[in-house]
Amino acid sequence: MDKFIELNDVTFSYLTDYDEHTVKNTVINGISLEISRGEFVAVLGHNGSGKSTLAKMLNAINLPESGKVYVDGMDTSDENNLFDIRKRVGMVFQNPDNQIVATVVEEDVAFALENIGVEPAEIRRRVDEALKTVGMYEYREHAPHKLSGGQKQRIAIAGVLAMKPECIVLDEPTAMLDPIGRREIMATISELNSMGVTIVLITHYMDEAARAKRVIVMDSGEVIMDDTPKRVFSQMDRLKSLGLDVPQVTELTHALISAGVDLPDDIISEDECYEALYKLLKKG
Amino acid sequence: MIKDITLGQYFPGKSVIHRLDPRIKLLLTLIYIVMLFAASGFLGLGVGIVFLVLSFLLSGIPIKMMAKSVKPIIPIIIFTGILNLLFVSSGDVLFSYGFIKITYDGLRTMIFMAVRIVFLICGTSLLTYTTSPIALTDAIERILSPLRAIKFPSHEIAMMMTIALRFIPTLIEETDKIMSAQKARGADLESGTLVRRAKALVPILIPLFISAFRRAEELALAMECRCYRGGEGRTRMKQLKTTWRDYVAVIISLIFFAGVILLNIFLPI
Repeated sequence: MDKFIELNDVTFSYLTDYDEHTVKNTVINGISLEISRGEFVAVLGHNGSGKSTLAKMLNAINLPESGKVYVDGMDTSDENNLFDIRKRVGMVFQNPDNQIVATVVEEDVAFALENIGVEPAEIRRRVDEALKTVGMYEYREHAPHKLSGGQKQRIAIAGVLAMKPECIVLDEPTAMLDPIGRREIMATISELNSMGVTIVLITHYMDEAARAKRVIVMDSGEVIMDDTPKRVFSQMDRLKSLGLDVPQVTELTHALISAGVDLPDDIISEDECYEALYKLLKKG
Repeated sequence: MIKDITLGQYFPGKSVIHRLDPRIKLLLTLIYIVMLFAASGFLGLGVGIVFLVLSFLLSGIPIKMMAKSVKPIIPIIIFTGILNLLFVSSGDVLFSYGFIKITYDGLRTMIFMAVRIVFLICGTSLLTYTTSPIALTDAIERILSPLRAIKFPSHEIAMMMTIALRFIPTLIEETDKIMSAQKARGADLESGTLVRRAKALVPILIPLFISAFRRAEELALAMECRCYRGGEGRTRMKQLKTTWRDYVAVIISLIFFAGVILLNIFLPI
C-alpha cells in the first residue's frame, strides 16, 4: 500500500516551569511509524501515554523536537507546507462544543473552506455534500447549541470533511457522548473509511478500537504494539498489565477458555462471539 | 431567569424581511431609530409604530415576541417614566403634594418616552429576530471593511463577535451547572444583602472564567486545524447581494420617514 504519513524516530517534550527551574517532560520517545492511504488505525494507551500529542503531530500542530514527520511526502516542520498539510489531515477533538465556531450549522461546516479561499458556489456544494455524508443535512440551518452531543460531533466531522482531507485524525471523539452519540459517530467513521478516507482514531474504548483494521498501543511515549486488533487483543494479560482493557467479549471468551471451553482466543466483536458460541452449543 | 435573555435570538425563516441584505436591514433599523427620535408628536410616533407592525407582520415573527423583547427593559421604562413625571414642571398642574408636582406635560412626556423606548427595543429586536447573528456580523464586517485601509481590524472584530455569540448559550448553560454544583455544596446565592450576594458570585465566576479560558484554547486549536489564518485571502459561502427588494424596502422606509417629518411640521400633536 501507498504510504501517506511517515514518522521517523520522532520525539517531543513539553517544558514546564516550576518556580525557577524548567522541567522537561518527554511525551513522545522515538516513534517510527507509517500509515498508508485508506487505513483505519486505532491508537490505544492510558492517560499520559502520549497518544494525543502524537495525534497533534500528524497535522503540524505539534512539531517534532527531533526526527521528522512527513505527510504525503511533505515535511511538517516546513512552515510553507502548513496549510497543505492541514488540508490533507483534518482533526476532530473530544469536546464538540469547543470546536464549533459559527452559530449556524452550515456556516460552521463552511468555515474551513472559507479559510482556504474556495469559491462561494463550490463551498455551498461541498458543505451540502459533507452534511449529507454525516447525515445532518436537514439540520443545516439549526443552531449548534440546540443539537445533541452526537449531532454536534457529526457537525465537527462535517466541518473537517468539507476540506476533502485524505486523512481524519479523531482524538477521543466519543469520550463526552452518550451511548447513542457514540454509535452515531462510530457509524460515521466506518462509513468515511469505506469511502477511502484514512482514519486515525485515538480512543480508550476497546470495542471502538476493535472495529479498526490496525491497533497501535502506546505507553510512556513509545509504540509497544502495532498489529491487527485480533492479535493485539488476544494478548489480554499484557494489555491488562499496561492498565488497558480488552473488549468485553474477548474477556468473556478468555474466561471460558480458561474454564476449559473450546473457543478461539481471538474473538473481538459481539457478532463473532455469538457465532462461536452458537457453533459450540450446536455441536454439543 | 438566566435563560430569558433573548439577545441575538434568531428565528430562521424565509420571509421578505429575512431575505433582505443584512447591510440594508442595518440601514433600515437606523432609519427607523432616527424616525422614532425625529417624531415630535404622538401621530409621528404612530407612523413609526405602523411601520414596525407592518414589518413584524411581513416577517412572520409572532407579535407576542415584541412583548417578550420588551420584558427585560421594563425597569428602565419605569425609572425614566418616574423621572419624567417628577422633573418636567411645565404645563397645567394636575396634582401636587409638598415638593412633588405632577403636570400635564410631565404625564405626556412620560407616556411619550415610554412608547418611544418600547418601540425602539421592538424594532432592534426585529433585526436580531430576522437576521442570523452571523449575517449581522458579516454585514458589520463589510460595512467596516473600508476602514481596513487605516489598519482597523474589521475582520478580527467580526470574528470576535461571532465567537462571542456562539458561546453565549454555552456559557449560560455552564453557569447554570456551576450554580447548581455550588448550591449542592451549600452555597447561598439568594439571601443576604447586595454585598453578600455579590460576594457569593465569586465561587461561580472563577470556575466559569477558568473553563472559558480552556474553551478558548481548544477553540483556537480547532480553528488552526481548519486552516484559519485571519481575514487574508478568506472567501465567504454566503455573498451579500443587494437586489430590487432591498431598494424597495429602503424607498418604503424613506416614505414613512418623510411622513414623520411632514407630521412634525403640519400636525405636531
